[in-house]
Amino acid sequence: MREGYEVVYKRPKSLIETRMHYCPGCFHGTVHKLLMEVLDEMEIVEKTIGVCPVGCSVFAYDYMNVDMQEAAHGRAAAVATAISRLHPDKYVFSYQGDGDLAAIGTAETIHACNRGENIVFIFINNGIYGMTGGQMAPTTLKGQITTTSPHGRDPINAGMPLKMSEIVSGFDGVAYVERVSCNTAGNARKTKKALEKAMKISEQKIGTSFIEVISNCPSGWKCTPVQSLDWIKDEQIPYFPLGVIKEPGK
Amino acid sequence: MGEIRFMKGNEALAEAAIRAGMQGYFGYPITPQSEIVEYLAMQEPNHDYVLVHAESEVASINMLYGGAGAGSRVMTTTSSPGFSLMQEGVSYIACAELPCVIANISRGGPGLGTIQASQGDYFQAVKGGGHGDYNLIVLAPNSVQEMVDHTIMAFELADKYNTPALILTDGAIGQMMEKVVLPEPIEYKPNKPWATTGKTKDRERNYITSLYIKSEDMEQKNFKLQAKYKEIKENEVRFESYKIDDAEIIIVSYGVSSRTSKKVVDLAREKGIKVGLLRPITLWPFPTEEIARLSKLDSTKFFLSVEMSVGQMVEDVKLNVEGRKPVYMYGRTGGIMMTPEEILEYAVKKYEEG
Repeated sequence: MREGYEVVYKRPKSLIETRMHYCPGCFHGTVHKLLMEVLDEMEIVEKTIGVCPVGCSVFAYDYMNVDMQEAAHGRAAAVATAISRLHPDKYVFSYQGDGDLAAIGTAETIHACNRGENIVFIFINNGIYGMTGGQMAPTTLKGQITTTSPHGRDPINAGMPLKMSEIVSGFDGVAYVERVSCNTAGNARKTKKALEKAMKISEQKIGTSFIEVISNCPSGWKCTPVQSLDWIKDEQIPYFPLGVIKEPGK
Repeated sequence: MGEIRFMKGNEALAEAAIRAGMQGYFGYPITPQSEIVEYLAMQEPNHDYVLVHAESEVASINMLYGGAGAGSRVMTTTSSPGFSLMQEGVSYIACAELPCVIANISRGGPGLGTIQASQGDYFQAVKGGGHGDYNLIVLAPNSVQEMVDHTIMAFELADKYNTPALILTDGAIGQMMEKVVLPEPIEYKPNKPWATTGKTKDRERNYITSLYIKSEDMEQKNFKLQAKYKEIKENEVRFESYKIDDAEIIIVSYGVSSRTSKKVVDLAREKGIKVGLLRPITLWPFPTEEIARLSKLDSTKFFLSVEMSVGQMVEDVKLNVEGRKPVYMYGRTGGIMMTPEEILEYAVKKYEEG
């Protein structure tokens, strides 16, 4: 470090220093970093237990220096339920993609939210199955081309993309729902604020928090990282508008 | 001397779990095991355990994974179709080496089947059940008292080997009422330094996973699991013998069928036919050496597997008899309880055929 300089943008202490397996431009690395920053700044690493899914973030425990469990595909909400109930003094987060949380794990997600489990859901919605090579997800946009919707998602066959945040915001057990993205530096900062707010709500034990992060998949979308940011702005956000959907006291 | 009560098998299992220091229960109603979740729900305010009435057996087995991984003594219970639903989760738990207890109060199948007692889940229980190479410790109680004893034993064995333990019994044992002696409650103190309880400063993070994406790592994991299973096979085989020493006919039977079979032994001996009973208490590990030993005795004429299925355990009997003696099977399905007389008639017929 050169004398007189200070590092202001750096790896959070709890983000393990290793080479990530994520593709260039993927938001997973960004969200991992933001989450670890929040845990470090709130000084709650020792009190946090995470659950990671099946999907690209299946290896999240290789990067996050917190106690973690890797759940079966779609079952993170059930795994997190048990951890939270047995360790009510801990912060429990469940980090899941759209195939995991909104397709195969819909029942577990819905019921954990409806029970108001003290879990912070971090829902990475990139509209595609990244790890298996770019298949159609429940959140794939109408007309979007994937390997299993090669002619574009047809709502007649596949229905419209699921709006999970709107669905779970209808449950009394859910305290806080916000949809964010990391497609701009400003939005990434809002994502961090949302994660921090969710952790603070968890401390109050007033219900489930659900943070949906509109995310990209340059490899699966078959575009460059920069093009993926344009797609988020022009296609995803109009259908999945960002902002607070539900918060305590409102 | 413990407390004496007159209890249903399912309630006895539930009460034993409480006394074993169970910290978390995750379950879903299904006949004929619903009394377990009902009993635990009723008793919950009097104890410290967590109870979640899950949305499905898929959820409850994954709650079991989460709870066991977080270091707690946890249990789920179900009956046959529910146990089928759990198999993916059971495979994950076995691979992640998480100690926990599962009970299958089995009923007749396949399909939605019948709610009456059955032993048609033997293969599923002892051959793994889910995907991949794994085994469960499988205990087979045949009385309400053993529902208590085996529940406590299941928790102990699960913790000893960091592996899921399964109580496999049938709707008859689950539903019948008998006298039981309940032990004093155990004050259970978990000692699981590998559990995800929050990373303290003095240790590295703990993580629970069943993912070994490199082939070499997965093979090493399988070697580790197999070494553990070998140790369990060497140390944990349990069985009961009844009038076996001079027996010409060896009945092999477990669970509710073993009670009927015991009566067959007595009826046969009244007729002067020497029948004995070998009752596996652990279905896995199976009493392989004892069956092999009996098959080498000159006095043994044949084996008869008695089970409420079309013949599942009989395959394991044959594997260990290794062709030294004939092995027959008598069974009924659909929840039909066999009478001692019909089993005896079959045994005598085979005996007279020589």
